[in-house]
Amino acid sequence: MTKAVFQLEALTCPSCIKKIESTLDKMDGIESAKVLFNASKVKVQFDEKRTTSSHIEQIIEKLGYPVLASKVS
Amino acid sequence: MKITTKHKNYLTALAGIAIVASFVAGRLELSQLKDVGLIFATCIASVPIVIKAYQAVRMKAFSIELLVTIAVVGALFIGEYVESAVVTFLFLFGAYLEARTLEKTRSSLKELVEMAPQEAIVIRNGEQTVVPVEQVDEGERIIIRSGGKVPVDGRIVAGQASIVEASVTGESTPVVKKLADNVYSGTIVDSGYVEVIAERVGDETTFAKIIELVEEAQESKTKTEKFLDRFSNVYTPAVVLLSIIVYVITKDLHLAITFLVVACPGALVIGAPVSNVAGIGNGAKHGVLVKGGEIMDTFSKVDTLLFDKTGTLTKGKPEVTEIMTFGRFEREQLLRIVAQAEMISEHHLGKTIVKEARSKGYDMKTPAEGEIIKGNGIRAKVDGHHVVVGNRNLIDEEVIEIIGEIEHYAVARERLGNTVIFAAVDGRIEGIFSIADQVREDAPKALAEMRKNGIKKIIMLTGDNQYTAELVANQLGLDEYHAEMLPEDKVEYVKQLKEQGHVVSMAGDGINDAPAIATADIGLAMGEGGTEVSMETADVVLMADKLMQFSHAYSLSKATIRNMKQNTYFAVGTVFLLLFGVLIGSVHLASGMFIHEASVLLVILNAMRLIRFNHKNTTIEEDLDNVVSLGYNE
Repeated sequence: MTKAVFQLEALTCPSCIKKIESTLDKMDGIESAKVLFNASKVKVQFDEKRTTSSHIEQIIEKLGYPVLASKVS
Repeated sequence: MKITTKHKNYLTALAGIAIVASFVAGRLELSQLKDVGLIFATCIASVPIVIKAYQAVRMKAFSIELLVTIAVVGALFIGEYVESAVVTFLFLFGAYLEARTLEKTRSSLKELVEMAPQEAIVIRNGEQTVVPVEQVDEGERIIIRSGGKVPVDGRIVAGQASIVEASVTGESTPVVKKLADNVYSGTIVDSGYVEVIAERVGDETTFAKIIELVEEAQESKTKTEKFLDRFSNVYTPAVVLLSIIVYVITKDLHLAITFLVVACPGALVIGAPVSNVAGIGNGAKHGVLVKGGEIMDTFSKVDTLLFDKTGTLTKGKPEVTEIMTFGRFEREQLLRIVAQAEMISEHHLGKTIVKEARSKGYDMKTPAEGEIIKGNGIRAKVDGHHVVVGNRNLIDEEVIEIIGEIEHYAVARERLGNTVIFAAVDGRIEGIFSIADQVREDAPKALAEMRKNGIKKIIMLTGDNQYTAELVANQLGLDEYHAEMLPEDKVEYVKQLKEQGHVVSMAGDGINDAPAIATADIGLAMGEGGTEVSMETADVVLMADKLMQFSHAYSLSKATIRNMKQNTYFAVGTVFLLLFGVLIGSVHLASGMFIHEASVLLVILNAMRLIRFNHKNTTIEEDLDNVVSLGYNE
């Protein structure tokens, strides 16, 4: 299980949280996704055999949230 | 297709200008030009909204943007160009203002994050190299010069410095750190020079953990927030449904669309969390970690405080409280001789005397001849004198007489809670050292403040003996104390109080109190520099071990919850007023959008007051000075 943290631009609408979380949760290989609204970060636990952090990043960007930085550990 | 915040700001400004231009055109009775301008403004301002709505729909997610898009298309369809332009503009402009003000409520955390060190000077292969902090490994030797930031948690192996630890403890007074002392990542070397061996690096440092805890805490929700979440989950689809019903009944598309847009629960959704974020951020900056909104809520309701004694109400480190001399030696002289003799001691009381002498800057040598009498004291030869230091047993054994006056003094000191140590030189008692674990200086003031703020009972639970417990309890004017308690007794006691309906907080300094801390409604840990166990088990961590931080956190929790309630009532009120206004026809799409955005901004501004919240500025300061001096005179 790998953990990735994505830093987004400052989030302003609380509805973004649900949008991002529910979209990511539906993805294959994602164990859990959590949006830290106030820190404007997304924390994702995923299975590196089934998906990649760059793929997750693409999905977040497709939703309309540019990713400023990402960190995988 | 990346629309960044920057692009959005340009579009917002452009749309705003277009709207103003069209109103000017309207004044000049160029109505066609006016409509063109308004449609142009609508189109520009719609771009980011429509894109977001489309992106969400593509991922099968619902969004506010979708609602606004539907409303705008509807408004254009019925020819309400003013409304379509103003609504889209206000939506973007509102988001912009919200981002700006939200940034302020988040600023405490951001300031913390910005204190994070960026690079480190590492000694590799005998050379100094500057590397990014991420590349420092455990066990590496690091140099920090005056003005530099400590990049890791580690131990000083050379040098000495005065260090500002505000980022970790909230205390801005520099502390002097010497050989073998711990230093923490994110702290700043005010003056001096140190070399440090890295013990914890990167995400493992205390500083990184604090930031993570605060980030997580700001997300965790109160019951009010959870309720509001559920409410808006039902509310939003309900509004869509209602507006359809309104349309079916009235056949008035305009009214239906207005209803749809105005009913968006903006202030409702953001009002409660924003207070929490500001409150938790304020705490973090003052060295208090409150782990979440729910904890804020419970904390504000606490009416009974339980304290451990040693290390919580007292400093936990024995100190020499008085040196009394009875003859040939001056105080300093006697301390020097006795401390030299105690250099051989392994006992903590002996070490306390040595520490006292060191703090006075005495240069001392270990005596050549010396003997430890276990549990009683020591015998040694210092500067040609035969020195005996220890308790009554040892003095009796040495057949040294304790005359009436000295015995009288010793008993008096013991009554005050001191451990008494006799010092005899060449067969005569020359002095008495009193050693005690003293009450924290800020304890009387902090306790008095919390009583003023609504605490009904303050109780001490300690494993220590009846006698010492009574002394501390009287000194601080506690309501109750319970001595000789085992950890499980403390847990039992906490449970009893809870059953009686009290909301209980338990403060302790670590592992032996952990079960009671976990049982209490609110567990507080003294986190001296942030030990991992205490940071993880407690609900609230006092980073600088200051009881005044406890008091600050208590008033902060009350202020935060008050602020949250104000916001919630205000937001609910606004939504109902707006809906009512729409139904009776006095609120239109544009003015509705305006009120809606303004209410969101107002709740954020209200929460911002919490960032500057500082209980020290409140009026009780003066009366407290009296309380404090009373406490110390005892």
